[in-house]
Amino acid sequence: MALLDTNNAKTGGLRNWLLSDSPTNAFQARAQRFYISWLSFRVNPIAMMGLFIVGSLVVVAILAPWLTGGEGIEQNLTNRLKAPDKEHWFGTDELGRDIYDRIIWGSRVTLYIVFLVSIIVMPIGLLIGTIAGYMGGWVDTILMRITDIFLAFPRLILALAFVSALGPGLENAIIAIAVTTWSPYARLARAEALTVRNSEYILAAEIQGASTLRIVVAHVVPMCLPSIIVRLTLDMAGIILTAAGLGFLGLGAQPPLPEWGVMIATGRDFLLDQWWISTIPGFAILLASMGFNLLGDGLRDVLDPRSGDDG
Amino acid sequence: MSNSDTSIGIGARKISPLPSYINKIFHVLFALLLTFIGLMAVTFVIGRVLPTDPAMAIVGNRASEEVYQAMRLQLGLDKPILVQFWLFFTSAIQGDFGQSIMTSRPVVEDIKRFFPATLELATLATLIGVVVGIPFGVLAAVHKGKLIDHFVRVFGLIGYSVPIFWLGMVSLLVFYAWLDLLPGPGRYDFYFEGVVEPVTGVILFDSAMAGEWDMFYNALGHIVLPASMLAFYSLAYISRMTRSFMLDQLNQEYVLTARVKGLPERIVIWSHAFRNVLVQLITVIGLSYANLLEGSVLTETVFAWPGIGLYITNSLFNADMNAVIGGTVVIGVCFVGINMISDILYRLVDPRAR
Amino acid sequence: MKKLLFALALTGTMTIGTVFTALAGTPDDTFVIARNTADIINLDPAEVFEFSGAQVITNIYDRVMTFEPDNLTKLVGGTTESYTFSDDGKTITLKMRSGIVFHSGNPMTADDVAFSLQRVVKLKKTPSFIINQFGWNPDNVDKMVQVVDANTVKLTITADLSPGLVLNALSAGIGSVVDKKLVMSHEKDGDLGYEWLKTHSAGSGPYSLKTWKAGELIILEAHAKDRHGAPAMKRVILRHVAEASAQRLLLEKGDVDVAEDLTADQLKGLAGKSGVAIDTFPQSTLMYLAFNQKHEALSKPKVQEALRYAIDYKGLVGSVLDGSYKIHQAFWPSGMWASYDETPYSKDMAKAKALLAESGHGNGFKITIDTLNKSPFKEVAQSVQASLKELGIEGEIILSDGATLWPKYRARKHQLIIARWGPDYSDPHSNADAFAHNPDNRDEAKLTGKLSWRNAWANEGASNDAEAAAKETNLEKRAAMYQALQKKMQSDSSYAIMFQLVGKIGRRDNVSNYIRGATFDQVYFRTVTK
Repeated sequence: MALLDTNNAKTGGLRNWLLSDSPTNAFQARAQRFYISWLSFRVNPIAMMGLFIVGSLVVVAILAPWLTGGEGIEQNLTNRLKAPDKEHWFGTDELGRDIYDRIIWGSRVTLYIVFLVSIIVMPIGLLIGTIAGYMGGWVDTILMRITDIFLAFPRLILALAFVSALGPGLENAIIAIAVTTWSPYARLARAEALTVRNSEYILAAEIQGASTLRIVVAHVVPMCLPSIIVRLTLDMAGIILTAAGLGFLGLGAQPPLPEWGVMIATGRDFLLDQWWISTIPGFAILLASMGFNLLGDGLRDVLDPRSGDDG
Repeated sequence: MSNSDTSIGIGARKISPLPSYINKIFHVLFALLLTFIGLMAVTFVIGRVLPTDPAMAIVGNRASEEVYQAMRLQLGLDKPILVQFWLFFTSAIQGDFGQSIMTSRPVVEDIKRFFPATLELATLATLIGVVVGIPFGVLAAVHKGKLIDHFVRVFGLIGYSVPIFWLGMVSLLVFYAWLDLLPGPGRYDFYFEGVVEPVTGVILFDSAMAGEWDMFYNALGHIVLPASMLAFYSLAYISRMTRSFMLDQLNQEYVLTARVKGLPERIVIWSHAFRNVLVQLITVIGLSYANLLEGSVLTETVFAWPGIGLYITNSLFNADMNAVIGGTVVIGVCFVGINMISDILYRLVDPRAR
Repeated sequence: MKKLLFALALTGTMTIGTVFTALAGTPDDTFVIARNTADIINLDPAEVFEFSGAQVITNIYDRVMTFEPDNLTKLVGGTTESYTFSDDGKTITLKMRSGIVFHSGNPMTADDVAFSLQRVVKLKKTPSFIINQFGWNPDNVDKMVQVVDANTVKLTITADLSPGLVLNALSAGIGSVVDKKLVMSHEKDGDLGYEWLKTHSAGSGPYSLKTWKAGELIILEAHAKDRHGAPAMKRVILRHVAEASAQRLLLEKGDVDVAEDLTADQLKGLAGKSGVAIDTFPQSTLMYLAFNQKHEALSKPKVQEALRYAIDYKGLVGSVLDGSYKIHQAFWPSGMWASYDETPYSKDMAKAKALLAESGHGNGFKITIDTLNKSPFKEVAQSVQASLKELGIEGEIILSDGATLWPKYRARKHQLIIARWGPDYSDPHSNADAFAHNPDNRDEAKLTGKLSWRNAWANEGASNDAEAAAKETNLEKRAAMYQALQKKMQSDSSYAIMFQLVGKIGRRDNVSNYIRGATFDQVYFRTVTK
């Protein structure tokens, strides 16, 4: 159906369809909102910069096999600790692996972490927050107490404890990060849910006899999404940094996986003589989290103008 | 407690203002108690499912089975988990977190030794964040869109994005190893060990009180780098929020009125607009302070800073769960406590919330 | 505005530089060591069994038997002036050295010696097995260790053991003599002063414990009445510095006199730097790869042999381990009495592949490799992983800290493991007992102290050989027995012993006579001068 509409609208041009004063259906309305947001996003240099960095990161991660000469794990003990030169742009590490290759392949690890944490945290935070906010009463109290406990926990230490309990490794680090980051989302979603819970359309749905779950999922959650997405984008830098921190402490990704935090930790022993081993992954982390911060900043300006004029 | 939110949208909207102060205090105390119990329960459970074995941490790799089993018995690891938790919980309520495996001393004594080091670091870092961050934020707001604004923004974004442990390593290399400007890792040079009897445990304070200025300067030199690293994040956060709050105020009508009246710009900014911002900043500063207390783990690792974060991490690796729980509860309570205090301060200072 | 900020920052930095620049060097009467002391959890000599703690108690306590720095391989009396064995080798009479004074000022008597040995057995801590193999237990030890007069102690043993083995066992940390009066004055609930001695000292050695701030430092103070004469260094400070890179920085800056945990590459970087010297000394610690016999493929001798040929011994020693480990492939370290120094294995992929094919696992399999989460173990593990990949074996590395790794190893839940082992005392029986002897391979037997049991490797011949060698009194015969056993186990055992540690430390060149021996507790602070 959506496809049909799009074709019909083509007669007046896509742009007209997107900017039309009277959208003819929900799909068009949504597409319009999105397009208008994009228009204001596009002129925001900071946001575009962020999009560019994050976009490059994704492209590099996808093209990794074509950008490198291996998988970043091939050892060459006779060629170790080589300074950057024409052959090895970023030098080689303690096992003679090419650092450029490892940085490129490492972007996959970073994106993998960010992606997985996001898809775990978002539904959990949304569900707990919206249910608490919508239902109120003792459900709210219990859910929010649990949330408060997790909020009060020293984050990194909780993450450390979880990884130690689950055993070190990338997947476990991801779970640990998710466990420690969902709580602010629940708070945020609850606050949003409180503002919409007495809206007329929700009351209407209730009168029609929709179940609680249906109301939460179909009507409350969509209202909370924009602020959650903004928050998530801003948090992604933090997720990258936490994952790198866990790797640095030896609890994140395990060798020979080219995770940037692990690379920094390894390079630490070589800092005085072979600066490149840990300096370069440090810059990679800086750049990646900077990209997400810029993007999040821009997204917030566009999607959630209430939260202060920060642009 | 909307201020528990950690990076954006701070204190802007109140969710559900409670009717009276008494009610609020009870509410807060109750929340604190629940948090306290929850923290202990979660840490305890984690401690029991850890693959690390506290008995093994004590007897070591070479122990015979008999020695090892005797240690398990002595630690009470043979009892059902609920019994273990109850025993632990009842003594913890009385302020006894048991003995640490790693130090062979009571956990409470260890915390008394390690916590002040973190407190010192986080306090100084927050001070730097406030002293530098607020003027930065105000300047950026006043000169919106100018060079200084972009500078503050980029600087802030770097502060948010840089892996602190990495920056710490690099700065140690530059300022200690290459330039020889600052002393190395640790809290002070060892020859000052025992010079000052610890009173508060905060070295800068203790040495100044005792008039040991050599030690004071030495300790100050040692804290400069780690505190600056830690301050970077808080500076970024505070300057960003200050800027945002200031922009809000500068768009208000009373500012326009003041300007129309011909008041000097300096007075308009600092006496009028900034005074209103100050109220909102209390929450921001409190939050950033609480975050630094819990977030100093990596900085402490890099700078061999004998603080509570390092203590908890090392204990965790050695299955020293008494120490982990003790340390976590202390930090958790501080976190909630600071949030509470800033919340109360906010209510006291802000006429609208009163 | 920007300029102003830069100017401010610049002046700020310069002021800081002039105010805070550290004093150059350490004081002349103080010896400062940078070391990772995280393994010190207790300083009671009846319990200390880890590397750093052993170094500390060696310098605090005199032992019944000992090694002196002028000849590190010659076992001599410590608190013992002379000893005599009865004809059947079952009774040993120890005559005390006279004039030894504890740090407390109490004179040492035979009573202190007997108390110390009985205390070790009664406390039942980890290292007690070293003297329990004499046939001692908490119930009989009061009879087995008896005071004859103020200067004489009589020891009775029930097991058949070579006298050399008995004397060597008494030179371990559990042979430390504690100040009975002082210790018992701190006794609580019949604990023989254990709680107190964990964090205090009561010895007669060159140094006494002044401060121990766990996770920060240990301060030792010279004992003016040490039997060797007052040490030159009035204070010895062990600074806990977890990171090798930080240790190196501190050493280069002169903020410490010695850095103990430098990596091979850091030592290379240090070479030629002014003010810094590198000391090399033999060490008896071995690094090995072990195969759990509970794993179907690993239990096949052909697979084991294939793995032995797959390891890149030379490549590792020439790179990651350069200068810090040497190739050694038998269970008793080179340089010690009765060692076996042949190294028949080197990387030979063709041979390894052929062996693997013969074993019926030519298509490879999946395996986990457990090891410690630190250098050089993680690098060696990655090299082994890469070698296995060439054989078609997919290895997954699991890095963990000791507190996680050892319980797993002792529960026989590993597959491949890369770990290290240092002898508990300077007699080959220490390692033969661990590597070869396994009288009961059942899970319930829980002989967790033995590497053979942990890897479920029970070879009757090897077990018997180890037992026989421990009893043999003829030195030459005994040496030959151990060498034959080592040779046999190179190709028939659950291990590929790979490397032997070469001790290397970085030292400021104004420090001299810091003497180290092959075992982990031969460390002498009292000879140090500046």
